[in-house]
Amino acid sequence: MALPELHRFTLPNGLRVVFAPDRSAPVVGVSVHYDVGFRSEPEGRTGFAHLFEHLMFQGSESLEKLAHFRHVQSSGGTFNGSTHPDYTDYYEVLPSAALERALFLEADRMRAPKITEENLRNQIDVVKEEIRLNVLNRPYGGFPWILLPPVLFQTFPNAHNGYGDFTDLENATVDDCAAFFDTYYAPGNAVLTVAGDFDHEEAKALVEKHFGDVPARPVPSRPSFAEAAPRGEVRAEHTDQHAPMPAIALGYRVPDPVNEVEGYLAYLVLAGVLTDGDGSRLQQRLVHRDGIVVDVGAGCGLFGPLEARDPDTFSITAIHPSEVTAEQVIAAVDEELLRLAEEGPTAQELAKVTARWVSTMHREHDRLTSRTLGLGSAELLFGRAELLYELPEKLSGITTDEVAAAAKALRPDSRAVLILNPASGGNE
Amino acid sequence: MSAPTKHRSAEEIGRTALGPRPFPELGEQRAAADLDSVDTTLANGLRVIAVRRSSVPLVELRLRIPFADPATSSTGSAHAARAEVLANTVLTGTATRSRVDVDTELALVGGELDAVVDPERLAFSGNALVTGLDTLLDVLRDALTGATYPNEEVERERGRLVERIRLARSQPNVIAREALQRHLYGDHPFAKEMPEADEVAVVTRDDVRALHAAAVLPRGAVLVVVGDLAPDAAVRAVEGALGGWTGEGTAVALSPLPVVRGGDLLLVHRQGAVQSQIRLAARGLERTDERYPALQLANLVYGGFFSSRLVENIREDKGYTYHARSHPEFTPGGATLLVDADTASEVTAAALLETRYELARMGLVPPTEAEVDTTRRYAIGSLLTSTSSQGGLASFLVNLAGLGLGVDWFLGHPERLAAVTVEQVAEVALEFFAPSAFTGVVVGDAEQLSPKLRALGGVTLP
Repeated sequence: MALPELHRFTLPNGLRVVFAPDRSAPVVGVSVHYDVGFRSEPEGRTGFAHLFEHLMFQGSESLEKLAHFRHVQSSGGTFNGSTHPDYTDYYEVLPSAALERALFLEADRMRAPKITEENLRNQIDVVKEEIRLNVLNRPYGGFPWILLPPVLFQTFPNAHNGYGDFTDLENATVDDCAAFFDTYYAPGNAVLTVAGDFDHEEAKALVEKHFGDVPARPVPSRPSFAEAAPRGEVRAEHTDQHAPMPAIALGYRVPDPVNEVEGYLAYLVLAGVLTDGDGSRLQQRLVHRDGIVVDVGAGCGLFGPLEARDPDTFSITAIHPSEVTAEQVIAAVDEELLRLAEEGPTAQELAKVTARWVSTMHREHDRLTSRTLGLGSAELLFGRAELLYELPEKLSGITTDEVAAAAKALRPDSRAVLILNPASGGNE
Repeated sequence: MSAPTKHRSAEEIGRTALGPRPFPELGEQRAAADLDSVDTTLANGLRVIAVRRSSVPLVELRLRIPFADPATSSTGSAHAARAEVLANTVLTGTATRSRVDVDTELALVGGELDAVVDPERLAFSGNALVTGLDTLLDVLRDALTGATYPNEEVERERGRLVERIRLARSQPNVIAREALQRHLYGDHPFAKEMPEADEVAVVTRDDVRALHAAAVLPRGAVLVVVGDLAPDAAVRAVEGALGGWTGEGTAVALSPLPVVRGGDLLLVHRQGAVQSQIRLAARGLERTDERYPALQLANLVYGGFFSSRLVENIREDKGYTYHARSHPEFTPGGATLLVDADTASEVTAAALLETRYELARMGLVPPTEAEVDTTRRYAIGSLLTSTSSQGGLASFLVNLAGLGLGVDWFLGHPERLAAVTVEQVAEVALEFFAPSAFTGVVVGDAEQLSPKLRALGGVTLP
């Protein structure tokens, strides 16, 4: 199959633009990715990048509070935003007649968002409810994405809670928001992506019309968040008030996805060999043969693969009955990793992982929301939106030796072990 | 913060020399391409809907088999437990394939196939590269006509199921859903979405095989195939694979539910909860009712999307919740309106007050023309976007098919929405959103919630 069409250009103010036309359905997706995530938060301001994401929906020079939502939805569209370690994204997916409206909405808040005390206080309350819903009131809330980083990493940017502590959130001021916006939300620090049903030339003219006069501002130089891998096995325990049974998360470091993409992808294939499908190594061993876990999963990146720059995480997580010890689960995982490191996966195992990936990628591309966001984040993080389309081929190129080497690198003497204990001891 | 020493103030950021700009008009909307489709019934009674959508070289498959408990009461019935074990083991072995063979064959064609069960239906959901359609259908055929339920698989899955049920029941939304269903429907089998652990523990391989023989039936079931293929060819492929799937009688549909009547909410205690689940319910209308499109718009105005009265009030104005919504649930011969919100314990009673206030306002200050137009455009547009992928379209169509509807209903719905008048919306709003029509549950820490809920009234405390 021919690779889908991709075009890119940069506006004089520095805004990078990616176009991915596809006229098979009369819908269009628009996203803006800003090159700032929660790794850029200073100490004492945990959760700020995410809180700020909420404020970007609260009005701009041409749009009163609530108008953004109403305009997208009354055009027949859907919208959202999300905050990741290294970026924050915003998007709309709408019937294609509303393309100009989506561009207008994104341009207006890139140029002049309205940040008020009232909206800040309101959204702090909303974010606290979001944290109660997803973390504090829920079993396994924040497991492992909030709980594992402080074990695996030493430095504040990599280790802290990206959702934020309530005290930090409450201390946020309007002036903090203004400083954050001026620093990180410059057009030169963003990527605009348009995918779906549109005409290239018309859309280019619309992008220039709406984003052209967003003034250029200096783009902050991104600091390196690099830090050394753990020396030794680092352990921590966490008590979960609501969980009915224990869980474990093993965290490892992976190669830099930007500069060593093939090396990184070997871990992605390894994750498939370990836990994708009933025939995978850890499903077979832990669930079906030993019967010591209820569920097991493995993957690159705590937000999904290729969703962050270096340093990134490989994790293996399992929920297990309290009669089973964490040590039993860890020992079985280590045995399977050792076997893979020594013998490598079979050709058939690789063929399975590759075929499922080809199919998964097509399915992601078929959903306009995932296609738009995937192209935008690949362009922002790797400078190459087309990476998304090249992944199946690159994954097919990963060899059994490379997967064996990746398995070998998941060493017990350089990893984080998080043990989650139920408050009731698992005997409620 | 770590910003440059000099930055603009929030006021300076919020304005430009040019000032506010005019909001662009909508462009010309291109119509969706006509869907090339076939809707037919095979000799064995299986209804097949095949639709061409060639955006990616994949095929999506959904099979829905009505799978209700034939008993009128779930009390003393082993159906839910047996059905759950069946769904978890139907793909674990046949005469020619082991569990690993099933996974391997599907994986090699980029495919997956899963089975899940609820009080209404047994559902198979799968996909593959379009070149793997024959493999996908053959694995499905093998499971439907020759699942052997190997002893060791049944035993292992039974044990695992007990743990998974325990995990599920620790989730606040599951606790709330179970409490609501019991409150609304008592011992009607529809209320039993999950069996008890001790009921699962006694299910045998023979029980599951007997249930399969009696209930996994083509007559009454529907298979939807959406993908990069010609519908006629897809139907031939399905007929070739599943034509030999036969069985006596018709798959068992759920018996009609008792009508939801308004009344007090029930407070359900959850120790140590820092947030409460508010779950309200009232009678709705089935999709084929001529007043349904008006009710669909009224629901959107109330809490059916972000720009709704409920979300603007309790989230965007008062910050009581991250997530609030209202939505219809369709059941055989009827429908329920559901309202969900999760709120901090301190503001739960206040949020319930506002939720009821907005219900009352639906009838007393009926939706305006602007509200109706906004929701109408949203309803039409979101139908277009949510069905623009193969998977989205397949899931939507199989749900419609479960209500006896098909592609025609889907294609005709924008016109029905366009025809709704503001008066029709006002009329259904007054009738269906009356606070007196609702009942429901609140799940949370009863000690914290009781004083304020008692003061508010209309809530039965533990």
